[in-house]
Amino acid sequence: MHAFEYHRPSTTKDALALGAQKSEGRYLAGGQSLVQAMKLRLSSPSDLIDLAAISDLKALSGDAGSVTIGAMVRHADVAASPAVQKAIPALAQLAGIIGDRQVRHMGTIGGSLANSDPAADYPAAVLGLGATITTNKRKIEADKFFKGLYETALEPGELITQVAFPAPKRAAYMKFKNPASRFALVGVFVADFGNGAVRVGVTGAGACAFRQAEMEKALSQKFAPESVAGIKVKADGLNNDLHASPEYRAHLITVMAKRAVEAALK
Amino acid sequence: MNAPLIGARIQRKEDYRFLTGAGQYTDDVALPRQSHAAFLRSPHAHAHIKNIKTDDAKKSAGVLAVYTGADLAAAKVGGLPCGWLITDVNGQPMKEPPYPALAQGKVRHVGERVAVVIAETAAQARDAAELIEVDYEVLPAVTDGMKAKGAAALHDIAPDNSCYVWALGDKAAVDSAFAKASHITKLEFVNNRLVPNAIEPRSANASYSRADDGYTLYVASQNPHVERLLMTAFVLGLPENKVRVVAPDVGGGFGSKIYLYPEDVVVTWASKQLNRPVKWTSDRSEAFVSDAHGRDHVTVAELALDKNGKFLAMRVKTTANLGAYLSTFASCIPTILYATLLAGQYTTPLIYCEVNAVFTNTTPVDAYRGAGRPEATYVVERLVETAARELKLDPVEIRRRNFIKAFPYQTPVALCYDTGNYEATLSAALDMADVSGFEKRKQESLNKNKLRGIGYACYIEACGIAPSNVAGSLGARAGLFEAGEIRVHPTGTVTVFTGSHSHGQGHETTFAQVVADRLGLALEAVEIVHGDTSKILFGMGTYGSRSLAVGGTAIVKALDKIVAKGRKIAAHLMEAAEADIEYDRGVFKVAGTDKQKAFGEVAFAAYVPHNYPLDKLEPGLNENAFYDPTNFTFPAGTYVCEVEVDRDTGATEIASFTAVDDFGKVINPMIVEGQVHGGLAQGIGQALTEGCRYDDSGQLVTGSLADYCIPRAGDVPSFKIDTRETPCTHNPLGVKGCGEAGAIGAPAAVMNALTDALGVKDLAMPATAQTVWRTLQRKAA
Repeated sequence: MHAFEYHRPSTTKDALALGAQKSEGRYLAGGQSLVQAMKLRLSSPSDLIDLAAISDLKALSGDAGSVTIGAMVRHADVAASPAVQKAIPALAQLAGIIGDRQVRHMGTIGGSLANSDPAADYPAAVLGLGATITTNKRKIEADKFFKGLYETALEPGELITQVAFPAPKRAAYMKFKNPASRFALVGVFVADFGNGAVRVGVTGAGACAFRQAEMEKALSQKFAPESVAGIKVKADGLNNDLHASPEYRAHLITVMAKRAVEAALK
Repeated sequence: MNAPLIGARIQRKEDYRFLTGAGQYTDDVALPRQSHAAFLRSPHAHAHIKNIKTDDAKKSAGVLAVYTGADLAAAKVGGLPCGWLITDVNGQPMKEPPYPALAQGKVRHVGERVAVVIAETAAQARDAAELIEVDYEVLPAVTDGMKAKGAAALHDIAPDNSCYVWALGDKAAVDSAFAKASHITKLEFVNNRLVPNAIEPRSANASYSRADDGYTLYVASQNPHVERLLMTAFVLGLPENKVRVVAPDVGGGFGSKIYLYPEDVVVTWASKQLNRPVKWTSDRSEAFVSDAHGRDHVTVAELALDKNGKFLAMRVKTTANLGAYLSTFASCIPTILYATLLAGQYTTPLIYCEVNAVFTNTTPVDAYRGAGRPEATYVVERLVETAARELKLDPVEIRRRNFIKAFPYQTPVALCYDTGNYEATLSAALDMADVSGFEKRKQESLNKNKLRGIGYACYIEACGIAPSNVAGSLGARAGLFEAGEIRVHPTGTVTVFTGSHSHGQGHETTFAQVVADRLGLALEAVEIVHGDTSKILFGMGTYGSRSLAVGGTAIVKALDKIVAKGRKIAAHLMEAAEADIEYDRGVFKVAGTDKQKAFGEVAFAAYVPHNYPLDKLEPGLNENAFYDPTNFTFPAGTYVCEVEVDRDTGATEIASFTAVDDFGKVINPMIVEGQVHGGLAQGIGQALTEGCRYDDSGQLVTGSLADYCIPRAGDVPSFKIDTRETPCTHNPLGVKGCGEAGAIGAPAAVMNALTDALGVKDLAMPATAQTVWRTLQRKAA
């Protein structure tokens, strides 16, 4: 790790001011990706602006219709939140299987979304539920947020403040883990909002999370496992690495989608 | 006076300090005026070094020195030696290319050390290392052992990249048996390359003292005396008496900390140049490219059988990838510790094995938990199971028909098994695994859309290595004895010094049990000291599951001397004839009388010799012993694995795993179970999750724990394990060794189960979910 200056502002305003001032600086959320990259000397920011002391970013609230999660809320807190468990149990379940116990007690939803790791879990839920991401500047719809490999709609210096998830009628997340890293080799989040409104968010399979239109269409006609079981996802453009070929990932999307629908119906 | 300690489940004495963070590892050692080293490593698998510019690094903040291979050559620092000479099929010595501590003109694998920076802090050393400019001329690289011949030569002395072609057995007789066989089973497979990944990365901290011209090296090592011997005699040319090597608490080794490594040599040499202590601690990324790897065989194996399933002959041809250089014991692993084990538990009368050992542009390969024996067991047990399926015989029955039943048994591959009872471990395992209920469980799995399979492995290993004269005749350049010393203190407590080294095995407890039991003392009265050349008389260290069988026996021999001297002292104190003195659990007694002296009283008399036969006997009570075994020990057992495969994803779950081992006499069953659990986890890892992969340019693709999958607790089942005992016949404790068995037997058991579940002849390790899914796809097509 290279040397850096550490800052711990207590307001979003101060954080943004520092961010504007330190052109080679980075915001530090949970640090579960950034700090690892720094330790490997792959990332060498001049300044780290730690957001952990900003209480506004740590709010979590919910009612029957939605939950709103502050950017600095840790995965473990989402998993354990009665509000999330009540309104969107599938979201609490997803948060409870991110990484390992240590990661869940450090990593944050804002950090995960801003990083847009192709195999992170939250992006599947953000797309699957049609969440709204609020930043210091604007509100961004889920469908306009993920742009590519580690690439989002966020502009330089723009900071996620909270994420709002509408509550579906039923939903579930199924993840097939990379055996080594335990990231999603493929993760599928399925949400049924009723009246034929179904969303399917897929992570781990492409450059960034994406929706699966064919499955959404089939499930909107009939929300049942057999609606997706026969869908052959195209392998073109899917990730190819040591652990899974595009063909295997395409196959796993169907298997995980089917299992997610089964779980949602339970 | 005390309950027997042999066979008792005693909690480990060392765990208090480990669990409370009070362990002292090499990296915890901070010396006055400590400096820190960072190694610049080659990013290329094969390249000429045209130029190295170190000017900027030398000017960087905190830097004390920058050294390259040229500096070591100028100082006449030698290359790293190989400890075992293999003689090839033509009677020629193996090719031994130079293994410089820092690259000289050429790099031969990614991660090879090119330069070292020594600075006030570790971060400053790393920063400066990034400023070194190296001009490389990249050469074509080869990483696959099967492609080594004909690839660009790594070493001038081995133009075809061959280190040796070695063979064991009567080829003509074997070929003739195959010609007459009624059935031949043939398999071709890869024994996948593994990265050891001890939890504590390697570390070395060397200091030099002008006061006595002496060196002290703290190092994460399994055998500090061997480290000192190799480094002083072969590399640095230092007098052995001026070098102290300390291996303090060591966090796991699995073989990877047996060897003398370049980093150890460089920090030791540099400590005198700078007159400062120099410390280097590996990070996980460095460990992946610089710790010796394990396995990496490509094998064609054949078994000839008669129509009743009797084994007639075995023929094995293996290409062993040794990596870029000969690591300390690399040459003997795929030969002496491999081909000699191919008889397994069976009476196969004829065996021929040919080994082609090659150099490639990969990290050197050496012993890793099991070392040759897992590879041999995989050959034998995959062949046997496959033969049973081909002949439509029960895999248990075919084994029974071929078991060795009378001992001692001379195999056709040099070893002589002293004892064993293979039926005992097999039948116990069948019961514990509820093999008769398998078909029912298989149906239940099918009802859940899952495939279930069962597989067996009846392994044997050779441990407690071994007679030095035999090893010497086979090319060993070291002795393989062990040393121990018993120091009885005046108040009757005991300190034991052993040349074995504990880095997770629990010697401080097991050895103390042996000593306390034999002397009839409380466990707390016995302290075990290991890992310091300035305290221990000598030691060959810990590897090959040898500590108790060899090191423990050395201690017992020294104990016998203590008791013998104690009897003389007691005879004097009680005015009796020495012949009438009996020693019984802490008390010297005059036979047939009620006269007795406690062990502590005799010890006190030895150190306060007011009433003592000074004319006939030296005062003091301190004895040492060296023990060189007369044979290997032969632990053996049966493993039964059941797997369940998710047909949709290919994911394999170990549904159950039963292990019944014969380790001879068991001193502490709890510690033995822990060793078996760890070995099984590593064996399951080799079968299902672990596989080292290089790309075509020689980059290590699995260079981190995010890509190289070590099994987690959740990947292994709750093991069902037990032991059966046939005591070793040639050591006084009757022990055989237990450290490696799990890793030796498990891969074959898992793969036999998985191929059974899938209904295929063979499958590559690691059988990841994707591999299994592809196999199912191919079968369906």
